[in-house]
Amino acid sequence: MDAETKKVVYDPLVDNNPITLQILGICSALAVTTTLAASLLMCLALTVVVACSNASISMIRQHVPSSIRIIVQMTIIAALVIIVDQLLKAFAYDIAKTLSVFVGLIITNCIVLGRAEAFAMKNPPMISMLDGLGNGLGYSLVLILVGTVRELFGSGTLLGYTILPSVNDGGWYYTNGMMLLPPSAFFIIGLMIWGIRTWKSAQVEKADYEIQQAHHSEVV
Amino acid sequence: MEGYISLFVKAIFVENLALSFFLGMCTFMAVSKQVGTAIGLGAAVILVQGITIPANNLLFQYLLNDGALAWMGLPDVDLSFLGLICYIGVIAAMVQILEMVLDKYFPALYNALGVFLPLITVNCAILGGSLFMVERDYNFGESVVYGVGSGAGWALAIVALAGIREKLKYSDVPGGLQGLGITFITAGLMSLGFMAFSGIQL
Repeated sequence: MDAETKKVVYDPLVDNNPITLQILGICSALAVTTTLAASLLMCLALTVVVACSNASISMIRQHVPSSIRIIVQMTIIAALVIIVDQLLKAFAYDIAKTLSVFVGLIITNCIVLGRAEAFAMKNPPMISMLDGLGNGLGYSLVLILVGTVRELFGSGTLLGYTILPSVNDGGWYYTNGMMLLPPSAFFIIGLMIWGIRTWKSAQVEKADYEIQQAHHSEVV
Repeated sequence: MEGYISLFVKAIFVENLALSFFLGMCTFMAVSKQVGTAIGLGAAVILVQGITIPANNLLFQYLLNDGALAWMGLPDVDLSFLGLICYIGVIAAMVQILEMVLDKYFPALYNALGVFLPLITVNCAILGGSLFMVERDYNFGESVVYGVGSGAGWALAIVALAGIREKLKYSDVPGGLQGLGITFITAGLMSLGFMAFSGIQL
């Protein structure tokens, strides 16, 4: 792979992550991460959709008048999501049931439309597909991390296998019920953003309002 | 009547779209810096939810559901797999029509809503509302109540978050947590607060 291709694929993983920096596609990141299996399936679905939609939108980019481009993009994305949805219902019915409406909501997942608008409309198909793949993986990275933390500490299992034997089953681990509830996802992602931004300090947002540093003599 | 009132209260507090289902989070995080804009967006969401959910309900009942085409003499046709693409089409069309109607007859409201109206097409709270309506099999009356109620719940959540963020501006937040990070944690605390409603049976 040459340098540019590498940049397109690896950049969205940490440096320009869709969730923690671009504020895209947060809804599903929070809602489906109670178990790792559901998170993995959601990642797979989204990565496939965003890579395929980027590739197909990029292929027709020179033939679509810009006044109707949004509706054309929506139609392509919706068609892809329907295919994914039907496939999941056919081959992974139980997990698809727990994902409930969130597979359908990939249509309005801002990552998909955002990448189509920002990248696929301006670049040739191959590189657009890689961009979709990279962003899908960046999204997956966050989802898998959150899913792992929530399932491990919430029920002491990973992918259904017991890692920390819980007190109810005669083990030693007191399960943390809050991890299975909605608010924990907010905290985990919030802390994750804090971690990433401490590591990559270029991503820190400027405060709207500077607190004046009190002079030492004034304090005394 | 009682059923409708309890559905309405449930849609606002117990099953709040933003804080217990995380729908419309992107806009929720991005457009909640000022109370004024949050109120505008909230109003737009209530309006659009109140129109699109009943419209999608009619579409589902009379065209897409299993056996819904019986009135055309086609009792064996099941078009429910086309649901997603139809709902998003209806939402996009409704938002467009609403934009034109408001522009023509209520210019003041149109100017107040501004850029938020077209953005609502890609707000997952709207599509999510329609999908929940289908999943829970609401009838037409229930879907009207659910539409307005869930929109109101979302509006309430974003206005409250904007209020908190306006105050938050003046607090000393650690560098890496500035902006998005602290907003997430605030939303998490609000979501904990809203969970207090979850035990309520109506």
